[in-house]
Amino acid sequence: MASDGPRKLFRKILVANRGEIACRVMRTAHRLGIRTVAVYSEPDARSPHVRMADEAVCVGPAASVSSYLRAGAILEAMRATGAEAVHPGYGFLSENAEFSEAVEAAGLAFIGPGAHAIRAMGDKIASKKLAEAAGVHTIPGFLGVLSGAEEAVKVANQVGYPVMLKASAGGGGKGMRIAWNDAETAAGYALSSREAAASFGDDRIFIERYVEQPRHIEIQLIADSFGDAIYLTERECSIQRRNQKVVEEAPAPNLSREAVKRMGEEAVALAKAVGYRSAGTVEFLVDKNEQHYFLEMNTRLQVEHPVTELVTGLDLVEVMIRVAAGERLPLTQAQVTRTGWAIESRVYAEDALRGFLPSTGTLSAYRPPLAEDVSASVAIDSGLSGSEYTPSIKDTVRVDDGVCEGGEISIHYDPMIAKLVTHGVDRDQARKLMMASLDHYVIRGVRHNVNFLRSIMSNPRFAQGTVTTNFIPEEFPDGYAGHVLSEGERQDLLACTSALQFAADARSASVGSNPPPTSQRYNVRLDESTQAEEIVSVTEAKDLSTFAKKTLFVQARGLDAEPDTCSWARTLHLSRSGLDPSSILSAAIQDGIVVGSTTAPAPRAMAVQVIAKKPLGWHVSAYGTTYSVLSCPPLFAEYSKHMKPPAKSLYDSALLSPMPGALLSIAVSVGDEVVQGQEVCVVEAMKMQNVLFAQRDGKVKSILAQPGSVLSADQPIIDFE
Amino acid sequence: MWRRPPLALRARARALSTPPLSHAEKARSVAALLADHTSRALAGGGEARLAAQHAKGKLSARERLALLLDAGSFREYDQLKSHRCADFGMASHAVPGDGVVTGHGTIGGRRVLVFAQDFTVFGGSLGEAHAEKICKVMERAVEAGAPLVGLNDSGGARIQEGVASLAGYAEVFQRNVLASGVVPQLSVIMGPCAGGAVYSPAMTDFTVMVEDTSYMFVTGPEVVKTVTNETVTSEALGGAKTHTRKSGVAHLSYQNDVHALEGIRELIGFLPSSNREPPPRRATEDIPTRADAALDVMVPHDPNTPYDMAAVVRRVLDDNELMEMSPAYAKNILTGFGRMNGAPVGIVANQPQALELAGCLDIDASVKAARFVRFCDAFNMPILTFVDVPGFLPGVCEPPSSCVLAAACTAQEHGGIIRHGAKLLFAFAEATVPKITVITRKAYGGAYDVMSSKHLRGDFNYAWPSAEVAVMGAKGAVEIIFRGKNVEEETRAYEAKFANPLVAAQRGFVDEVIQPSLTRTRICEDLELLRDKQVTRPWKKHSNIPL
Repeated sequence: MASDGPRKLFRKILVANRGEIACRVMRTAHRLGIRTVAVYSEPDARSPHVRMADEAVCVGPAASVSSYLRAGAILEAMRATGAEAVHPGYGFLSENAEFSEAVEAAGLAFIGPGAHAIRAMGDKIASKKLAEAAGVHTIPGFLGVLSGAEEAVKVANQVGYPVMLKASAGGGGKGMRIAWNDAETAAGYALSSREAAASFGDDRIFIERYVEQPRHIEIQLIADSFGDAIYLTERECSIQRRNQKVVEEAPAPNLSREAVKRMGEEAVALAKAVGYRSAGTVEFLVDKNEQHYFLEMNTRLQVEHPVTELVTGLDLVEVMIRVAAGERLPLTQAQVTRTGWAIESRVYAEDALRGFLPSTGTLSAYRPPLAEDVSASVAIDSGLSGSEYTPSIKDTVRVDDGVCEGGEISIHYDPMIAKLVTHGVDRDQARKLMMASLDHYVIRGVRHNVNFLRSIMSNPRFAQGTVTTNFIPEEFPDGYAGHVLSEGERQDLLACTSALQFAADARSASVGSNPPPTSQRYNVRLDESTQAEEIVSVTEAKDLSTFAKKTLFVQARGLDAEPDTCSWARTLHLSRSGLDPSSILSAAIQDGIVVGSTTAPAPRAMAVQVIAKKPLGWHVSAYGTTYSVLSCPPLFAEYSKHMKPPAKSLYDSALLSPMPGALLSIAVSVGDEVVQGQEVCVVEAMKMQNVLFAQRDGKVKSILAQPGSVLSADQPIIDFE
Repeated sequence: MWRRPPLALRARARALSTPPLSHAEKARSVAALLADHTSRALAGGGEARLAAQHAKGKLSARERLALLLDAGSFREYDQLKSHRCADFGMASHAVPGDGVVTGHGTIGGRRVLVFAQDFTVFGGSLGEAHAEKICKVMERAVEAGAPLVGLNDSGGARIQEGVASLAGYAEVFQRNVLASGVVPQLSVIMGPCAGGAVYSPAMTDFTVMVEDTSYMFVTGPEVVKTVTNETVTSEALGGAKTHTRKSGVAHLSYQNDVHALEGIRELIGFLPSSNREPPPRRATEDIPTRADAALDVMVPHDPNTPYDMAAVVRRVLDDNELMEMSPAYAKNILTGFGRMNGAPVGIVANQPQALELAGCLDIDASVKAARFVRFCDAFNMPILTFVDVPGFLPGVCEPPSSCVLAAACTAQEHGGIIRHGAKLLFAFAEATVPKITVITRKAYGGAYDVMSSKHLRGDFNYAWPSAEVAVMGAKGAVEIIFRGKNVEEETRAYEAKFANPLVAAQRGFVDEVIQPSLTRTRICEDLELLRDKQVTRPWKKHSNIPL
């Protein structure tokens, strides 16, 4: 691909985006020897994409409309820096035909499709007509604009129930509604058109057949300006939450190659029909009989493009740049290859346990998983020692991120933290790599959905690959409540937490002159578990070091059991352990006490993240979910039984003014339910407005200070129940 | 040499002690007697009182010591010591041990001297013998060079013993003072502590309270009610939350006895056994050369945007571990212990988090930090100071008329911010342990001088590129210099000159402007260099800190 040399390519490109996609585009540009220009909004001044670029231009304040969406400012930045081309990433200006036009009018290159293709595919009705004309299989439906509810009912009967009402200008699920009969159609029409008018300023609605048990399969294609177009491996994107993709993979499981070929050829036909250039994606719904229906075409590089890159070995951004520079496609359809299986998880700063509310804050710790840790984990699970395991795949773990430790996740932009992508020889290995990667992903300071992603990966239906777009509502009908530990997992977790406690005690003992004890006893219990407290003994076996540094034996028995009995036992081979919040204990764990390797139970890989030390125990995270575990010397546990729960005082339940100042406003009223982190009032002091947040979930019991009043430090403002 | 008495006298002596006992019999009876006394000592106030103690959510003195000390390490003194009081029927009410358990043991393998008052015996009240037992461990602590931990749970002076118990308190106070600065003294308040009893904890280095079950006050709610007709609960008057938030009397509080004792074990791990030795090193896997890139982005560009200094400090310390002292009191300054390359250090840092007076110094903050600095200096603990201080509280507001804190400023002046601010200045200036200072952002005015500046014999004074060393903020300075003319333009000019660390670096007031991410590495190197730092001072009896 690089044989043409860099002469024809651009010397400098501007990346009109932020976050992970800006970083990802710049990585390729730098590899190709192209200098990069970043644009940024004021709060993004120290973001990784700005630091990564060779030059950076501030294009305005935080709000996207005042910065990243200002086409004029970005063109001006191109002129000022001498950038010859612009890569728009996804979102923002990526599918803005006027911007594409303006760039080309300025004699510069837009690394993406031409304005005509963007316009043609931007309108749902127009694009469907074009697709039909190009011979693409579309969903039965009425492509005209409906005049009213009556016509909607008539059309629905022609198309055949169930039907889907859709906003012509729609996206993101807004204005979409399913109807199973005439009454629902009439009601749905009214609602959808109103919603569409409010969301897009365009109340046009159309109707099409609703596909049951649908899968969302999409075809990545790439075209050059010489009229050549090819399709790459398909992507399965059915795992969606409220029409937002959560997990994507390539290729699609349980889908025949014939079906893929049909879709691919139709996609290429459509691209040729609209004179498409650059990377694009044609989205299809596929029903249980593998019949596909055209959904829409996205005229940009998509978020989930890495899975395609991993299995095809292509760098799509590189091809986009080359095509934009006037080069031909570097390969033909016949040269497209496919290696292994790739899965992508979208890691979002949203609280999976609280209805996926976005979470903002400072990333107090941020450590993406390291490929060697992940591979070592999978090696243990595959029954291999670290040295025997040589994956045939080069990049098993890829993290596309645009955040850093100490950085902010702000309210202004998309809450995506990163895309975590794994590549295995087959689907099961890619899935196992993903589970291990999620277990080794350290994110602190904001709430995130790693727990949810981990639960999807271990879901049996996902493991089989029998997914539809209803996967999440069907598998998590009551929302997500965290991983439920099996009895074996509970024992594994207690064994690992005991190992943490053992390490902490050894470290504490190192201040004295005596050697640390080689055996300790702890009372352990998982909080909020029905299992009774147990006693474990942890013994260090210094001579056994098959895997790495330290081998520990953990034996457990009930509190009332005879001292020499054992209800469960584990052997832990620790490969890594730390005690500070954000460190990971990783171990190969075996059932029972294993001395020597003859006929030993197969070891499992286990990674437990330390969230925090708490009195008499730990907050740890395992299987993606956070648990609170008691682990302390038996006497501490025994005497704790005499302790009483803390008395409630106003200091605990009420929000106190943290400083002397004036109460400006209160955002809640008596009886309101608030969630932790919600803004409840504003206190002005030192000429600064300080927003106070609810410290935890609760209901407002009383308001103890009125706006305008002067507060002393620690004066209660709002009391919660 | 002692000689055996003549035979005749021996016969006479034998005749007097009737009935005669064989040696074996005598040994048996002594053993029985001892066993009886020992079991009474171990039983303390007995089953019923122990149950009552448990019902209150409190542990007995012996249970507390069992948690505090390493298993099996406790060696008790004076187990059988009893009071000598014969008044008010006390003669028949002697319990071996006299309501306090004393001795020594180890915490994490290191020696400590301990006493634990036993509320189940005479309500833990302090009489002459009780005080003598405490004094004995205090003296031993000083001689042996090991910390003293006192577990307080006492109804107060033993009234039956009258002035003898008052004398007992004073004997304890005197020994607190003699031990001060020689060995660390820790007090844990695990029950009532009222009247004169409060002054012993007040003179120790750190006081820890248990929430809901402990309180400290000079006069209790009943007296307050009689004198001022004010109704106040024990908890509100002198509970753990009051003393850790409002008065600053206590440094830490814990939810219950068990958590408190676990906390003391942690705290002891930072402290040297005495002023004769360095603080104890702990093993760490956190390497000194760990660069922390997050530090490069943690100080906001906008000088008025708050950030959490504790998060900054944790990143510099070993294993991100910071044990804050007085975390709930005067939150505008942070004091606490951490470790660098395994060796304990004391931390003093302004806390610019918005809600804490933007990190400026006021009376409470000055006093809190001053005492902490003196503790570190007394016990060979290097002091790391992180500076982001807009000034002393009065005078920070600009213009003063519109500031909601105007009243607070007056209160600060009238409260003696001059006198109290001088304490912190004095403490830093007097300290001879290694002193390393990092200016992260603002270092304005007199507060710049105070915060372990180069001029106060700071060993290494660093600035981050975001530092601004100046007399005051640009706007205020321009208002004064230019009397309101060309404010914006002049402000920019002032900012260009002073809103950076350059001027201070040119003068040598900061040794170097360092990349924030390298702060840990540099400090670890400096501490190694300063390991045997020695400073000679002119002879004096003692200094005269403006108390």
